[in-house]
Amino acid sequence: MVDSVPLPWVLIVAAGLFCIGLFGALSRRNLVGILLGVELMLNSVNINLVAFWRYLEPNLVAGQVFALFVITVAAAEAAVGLAMIIAIYRTRLTVNADEIDTLKG
Amino acid sequence: MNLLIMIIFLLISALILGSALAVVMVKNLIHSALWLIATFFGVGALYLLMEAEFIAVVQVLVYVGAISILILFAIMLTRHVTGENERQLYQRWWVALLVAAGLFGLLLVPTLRNYTWQTLVPQEGGSSGIASAQELGRAFMSEYLLPFELASVLLLVALIGAIVIAFEERSRRRRVLTLAEEVALRQKQREQAEAQAQTVESAPSATPES
Repeated sequence: MVDSVPLPWVLIVAAGLFCIGLFGALSRRNLVGILLGVELMLNSVNINLVAFWRYLEPNLVAGQVFALFVITVAAAEAAVGLAMIIAIYRTRLTVNADEIDTLKG
Repeated sequence: MNLLIMIIFLLISALILGSALAVVMVKNLIHSALWLIATFFGVGALYLLMEAEFIAVVQVLVYVGAISILILFAIMLTRHVTGENERQLYQRWWVALLVAAGLFGLLLVPTLRNYTWQTLVPQEGGSSGIASAQELGRAFMSEYLLPFELASVLLLVALIGAIVIAFEERSRRRRVLTLAEEVALRQKQREQAEAQAQTVESAPSATPES
């Protein structure tokens, strides 16, 4: 992998994935759709971490450790986020981000 | 060999980016969650290609096994937004497209600029020089012990938080409508809306006559 695929290629794939996720998170109206976009963005960050670990310092473990912590935080975020979506749906009968505007003055 | 790896890399990248595009483009939310699973598998394959086997296995276990199932459950529980006739995108979605494309362009500039990364190519034969899962476990138990424990506390807090947020007292529990009841309810709402529209239409026509 290291001698056949240059590092910038991997970085470009990760950047593309991040931007697709950003577009999804910004453009969807459904709260679950927004969460899907955030998951894509977290995955692209993980690709970057593992790629830097593999290409720059494969003999250390720091890169993999970081990637694992990101996965842990992503799992926690998904669980709490989906619980909040279900709670919001229960009280307001909608998961549309435009209609949940209680905090709007 | 190099060419083969490059072709495999390009195929995996195409799978990742294609299914990610499908995630944000597809109208039906359940389909987009299924495409998300394909993306997760692609990312796991990329980890395998980069010889991070442990991360790849964790990716499949946590993302494909847990998070996507959780997302599918949430979609099913918030059922009547999964319809395809409803508008799925924010009305100014082109602003989001502009922001994402601009960020991508901005990221391309420093990536493609001729900077030589000091890549460490592991020596041939003997120890490969790549940190193994064994070393990873050892590092978690020594060097990264405190963050490791902190992660477990974070998971516990997330677990309790999710239960507290989503918990509903039995006395306040709303009866879930069956599909037939929901169809009847919508029919009623539509009729009411039509009746309202008719009164609105008849009102302005009546005023000029009088």
